[in-house]
Amino acid sequence: MNTSVLKKALSNPLAKSGFIIILTVFILAMLAPWISPYDPDDINVKAILLDPSAQHWMGTDGLGRDVLSRMLYGGRISLLVGLVAVGISTAIGILLGALAGYYRGWVDTLIMRLVDVMLSIPSFFLILAVIAFLTPSIYNVMIVIGLTSWMGVTRLVRAEFLSLSSREFVQAARTLGAKDARLIFTHLLPNSLTPIIVSSVLGVAGAVLLESGLSFLGLGVQAPQASWGNILSDGKNYIQFAWWLSLFPGLAILMTVLGYNLLGEGLRDALDPRSGSSK
Amino acid sequence: MLNYIIKRVLWMIPLLIGVSLISFLIIHLAPGDITNNEGAFNPKTSAESRQKLRELYNLDKPVIVQYGLWLKRMVKLDFGNSFQTHRKPVFWGTFDKEGNYTPGMIQESIGKTLIINILGLIVTLILAIPLGVIAARKYGQWQDKSITLFNFVGFSIPSFWLILLLMYWVGVINNWFPISGWQSLNYESLSTWEQIKDRFAHLFLPVMVPSITGLAGITLFVKNGMLDVLYQDYITTARAKGLSEHKVVYTHALRNALLPLITIVGLSIPGLIGGSVIAESIFAINGMGKLFFDAVTARDFPVVMGILTIGSALTLIGNLVADIAYAWADPRVRRGVTQQ
Repeated sequence: MNTSVLKKALSNPLAKSGFIIILTVFILAMLAPWISPYDPDDINVKAILLDPSAQHWMGTDGLGRDVLSRMLYGGRISLLVGLVAVGISTAIGILLGALAGYYRGWVDTLIMRLVDVMLSIPSFFLILAVIAFLTPSIYNVMIVIGLTSWMGVTRLVRAEFLSLSSREFVQAARTLGAKDARLIFTHLLPNSLTPIIVSSVLGVAGAVLLESGLSFLGLGVQAPQASWGNILSDGKNYIQFAWWLSLFPGLAILMTVLGYNLLGEGLRDALDPRSGSSK
Repeated sequence: MLNYIIKRVLWMIPLLIGVSLISFLIIHLAPGDITNNEGAFNPKTSAESRQKLRELYNLDKPVIVQYGLWLKRMVKLDFGNSFQTHRKPVFWGTFDKEGNYTPGMIQESIGKTLIINILGLIVTLILAIPLGVIAARKYGQWQDKSITLFNFVGFSIPSFWLILLLMYWVGVINNWFPISGWQSLNYESLSTWEQIKDRFAHLFLPVMVPSITGLAGITLFVKNGMLDVLYQDYITTARAKGLSEHKVVYTHALRNALLPLITIVGLSIPGLIGGSVIAESIFAINGMGKLFFDAVTARDFPVVMGILTIGSALTLIGNLVADIAYAWADPRVRRGVTQQ
């Protein structure tokens, strides 16, 4: 991937706005330990459910903890879960997709049947069941989301490998005696990167949504650790007089997921060779 | 065509076996076994009664045998009795001595889930197709930009948050719609017309909210499909022939752009069954999603396994129907298939 491709990728307006949003969220989350005004776990019973004010920009929650600080730390959690889960699913997806697309035959059929089986179980049910049967924890959430989201990447990588294998440069390398590993890693994979990148970015969006949903249901990040989902879950009991507990975390999730979706779709538009023709 | 259908149906068998394997593995993930629920926490149960319980549930046999027994029962859709509701059967109902019928738990709840989700899908399609067409025709202009933005927000928004906000706005501040339940308390005594209105009012929020989140993906899909089609040669020919723009877009272009939509609808079938867990829990509607969530938190294995299996089977059937519909609708596939 050279610089001109990157420039083209980022010139797309969708991608640009998405990138800015993501960068902002990322920086805020990274700097959380330095910029948060209070300790997110600091219980202060004299300051319960305070309105947003100069001392507490986003108010306080039911235990007197500053919401802004909890939001900043919650951002770290959500991003961490998103990135790790997508890392796992992309790794699995690349591995299985490459094997299926390169070796074809019974390997391909077997892997594709596995994909079909995993796709026919409603994934939210599967995630709920697995997390509830093991214990709910942030690590289980990351792993389970990763283990249930690899199917799309697998199909994409496999399709790329199948179409690339008939190209001349691959044939040439094969004739020159290149071994399997070399063909896969030096020739096929680098040229399949585009859909993998798009899928990963969009995958982070989905993972953040899933994690917040699970935390909302109580099966994700456990108290007292802050996650945007579980701040919302606490807040729903006070919605009538503590609107800030229900507004800010939701907005944060929305903006973060929106950023990743914009970036992913923007990258897809910019890097897809077909889209230049009809527009 | 018939060959295609037969082949697809036959493929379902290994898939169902795969599903049963995965379901079986999930059950055995849980640390400790089922007898812990009924035995370990009660200090009065002796080791012998726990052993008896193990034998009753076949837990002392090797894993392969357990899987075989599970498979045999799964084929009959017999998942055993629920742990929570004290032996109420999970799927098929029971007849007691007087011939009174108690429906199974899944049987009771699946109707509500399907109604809500299918209505939601219909609403989504009704809204998404026109929006997508508008966005395609006015590409780059403000209509397109605002529709696109609305859609991006729609599929980035966490549904449980949207539900909370709407519940608060619509249900609490302005008392336009009821915010929970399936029907009012005095439902039985209302006239038929009032019953319909009541049902509509109770279903409004649970159906609209998932529709908004689902709308986004489909609208963009329709828009991209239309964009691809509108620049094809046969559309230019139609225009050159002097057909009205309306006819060109709706009769010719839309029909072809909608074909991939069947695939998309097929892909959202798992969502029809499993996608409403959060919505049902918040709105207190006793559908399959809420049943599943309650069962999972209570470690009620028979219900969990039952729903996983039924859900997967329904998904497979739904995909089959979608594939057949696509093969039937697309003359290229139909012709290609019969040529084999």
